[in-house]
Amino acid sequence: MANMSATKVPMPEQKPEVRARNFEEVTLGYSKAMAMEEASRCLNCKTKPCVSGCPVGVRIPEFIACVAAGDFDKAYDIITSTNGLPAVCGRVCPQENQCEGKCVRGIKGEPVGIGRLERFVADYKMEQGNTNVEVPPSNGHKVAVVGAGPSGLTCAGDLARLGYQVTIFEAFHVAGGVLMYGIPEFRLPKAIVQKEIKTLKALGVNIMTDMVIGKVLSVDELLAEGYEAIFIGSGAGLPRFMGIEGEALVGVCSANEYLTRINLMKGYLEEYDTPVMKSKRVAVVGGGNVAMDAARSAMRMGAEHVYVVYRRSEEEMPARKEEVHHAKEEGVEFLNLNNPVKIIGDENGRVCAMECIRMELGEPDESGRRSPIPVEGSNYNLEVDTVIMSIGTSPNPLIRTTTSGLEANKRGCLIVDEAMCTTKEGVYAGGDAVTGAATVILAMGAGKTAARSIDQYIQNK
Amino acid sequence: MFRIVQKRVLNDAVVLMEFEAPYIARKAQAGQFIIFRIDEQGERIPLTIADYDRENGTITIIFQIVGKSTQHLSTLNEGDTILDLVGPLGVPTHLDPEVKRVCVVGGGVGCAIAYPQAKALHSKGIYVDVIAGFRSKDIVILEDEFRAVCNDLILCTDDGSYGKKGFVTNALQELIDAGRNYDAVIAIGPVPMMKFVCKVTEPYNLKTIVSLNPIMIDGTGMCGGCRVTVGGKIRYACVEGPDFDGHQVDFDELMRRNGTYREYEQNCRLMAQAEK
Repeated sequence: MANMSATKVPMPEQKPEVRARNFEEVTLGYSKAMAMEEASRCLNCKTKPCVSGCPVGVRIPEFIACVAAGDFDKAYDIITSTNGLPAVCGRVCPQENQCEGKCVRGIKGEPVGIGRLERFVADYKMEQGNTNVEVPPSNGHKVAVVGAGPSGLTCAGDLARLGYQVTIFEAFHVAGGVLMYGIPEFRLPKAIVQKEIKTLKALGVNIMTDMVIGKVLSVDELLAEGYEAIFIGSGAGLPRFMGIEGEALVGVCSANEYLTRINLMKGYLEEYDTPVMKSKRVAVVGGGNVAMDAARSAMRMGAEHVYVVYRRSEEEMPARKEEVHHAKEEGVEFLNLNNPVKIIGDENGRVCAMECIRMELGEPDESGRRSPIPVEGSNYNLEVDTVIMSIGTSPNPLIRTTTSGLEANKRGCLIVDEAMCTTKEGVYAGGDAVTGAATVILAMGAGKTAARSIDQYIQNK
Repeated sequence: MFRIVQKRVLNDAVVLMEFEAPYIARKAQAGQFIIFRIDEQGERIPLTIADYDRENGTITIIFQIVGKSTQHLSTLNEGDTILDLVGPLGVPTHLDPEVKRVCVVGGGVGCAIAYPQAKALHSKGIYVDVIAGFRSKDIVILEDEFRAVCNDLILCTDDGSYGKKGFVTNALQELIDAGRNYDAVIAIGPVPMMKFVCKVTEPYNLKTIVSLNPIMIDGTGMCGGCRVTVGGKIRYACVEGPDFDGHQVDFDELMRRNGTYREYEQNCRLMAQAEK
């Protein structure tokens, strides 16, 4: 008989007032007993709506049944048969819009905590330290992957499991992409990301860091060097700014820059050399997950006030609900229905305030969300010393401008068909390079599809 | 890991280093840059490539000791390695094929990257004058190298201790007045120098290319730290530069933004010196 509790087994967390000033992980993870109790809430329904909500098709009810029975090793094998990064997904997937959003238990009460269970299983295996992987026999075919972010890692892992000899070319000095430079330590510990990457390496995936494809080698050269297919997962690119007055003042930066200084370059640690602005009053402009990460990081860097300035209302906010909730608990102040008009500098060219205007919601726009309209004459100055712009990115131009026959749309995103095949033969693409800024799991789904397509392409050659 | 194969101390504050970096050496062109990181705790520091040797698979950088990272790098020796070297980044310097007469202006350590520019142009048979400016005689670098790749070398020092007394801008003005009829000027050096070179050339509508050195982290078009305002628009020096039309650049803004971490940098340098 299923556990009919209407709510999830609560997730142990660091207290908000404590965690708001440290970079350790916010949520502490289920114990075995908690996991088994939560797993028993699953009805194991025949239709498995949860699986249809998962971009990488994790066999959710099967692994949950194993957790309920205490067979965590088997649960791990089931998850990793379709998902190469379970410890990551269990932490950062927007489950409320995916698996959990489709869970039958969510109709009356809370859905099953699928993400929490996935994380539990992955962490359990990591703690055991026995994530031994069998290296499949080589099929003699070489594939190159550009970018060691979620899509590239997934694509590489799936191909390696099929026996391909895969080399990933990564521009940064470390593999992981946004998992390393973007998502903060307190939400996704970097040691966990590196453990998942170690598992991939154990599968035989070769990772070359410090290699900027499009500069040091072109896609055409990779093809000429004997790679039979290429997957491009080069990620999001240039950060967008609003185009308002004052964005060049000292104290204005993109969320990418702020987060890269803190996460990738570990600027929050004393022994690392990369500086981070010492801010007292911070405005983060935007309402996505990246904005939440920047705001919560600013709290941890010691800011006294951190404001999230978002032009629509909380209902339209694209960030995961859990991130908004955690940010509020930690003292981040939300100025919803507000929009910056200009940034004001002092006599030294440093930010001292941001002029905002209040907004109200009008008719729905093409995105289906109610469009924000400025309220005339409602301008006011918000006293801040730092402004972090988190309003999205446009795709990186390095590869599309250096590869013959590779077409992009008007926004600069690579054009692919449903098999993730680009306009150039043998070249596949996925993740933010195709969609513009999106989620880790969507990028992983694209990497998975591309791996299948690449396998078919090479086998049919 | 990237090995140092040659180290030469050019003056008290400027060091030349040649690194084994075969992939980068194969592709590097004048105007492009690399990013280095010495060790796990180090920063990512961008530096323009001063020279490359495709056959031996090496690249050369010439750097001034200005902060903790360059200070640390300067203590390494031939045979030592650094953790990361990535490049070649940025767009190579581009000049119209019609350009036949060029004045290359270098200031201080900027001469290290003005040199490959002069060399590249000279080898194409273009008329090249070089104006190389330094604070004083004891920090003059690359004099012989310059002389070999230009028609006329004007060396100046601010204090008059060597060559002509005065700033590069005075020398440039004199050459223009003397009717040298340049088609283009390439200016590489401290931001104020590039700003004032552009002020000299602007009235003549004389095309002036500058090489910018903004704050940068990834160098591949991701962080936006290197944004500069050129012609009233945001441009990213890492993927669209580092060369820009000097008459369009907002130099004051660049100087301000480059000072973002000045206090932190000064503290770091003092600490590093104290440890030494």
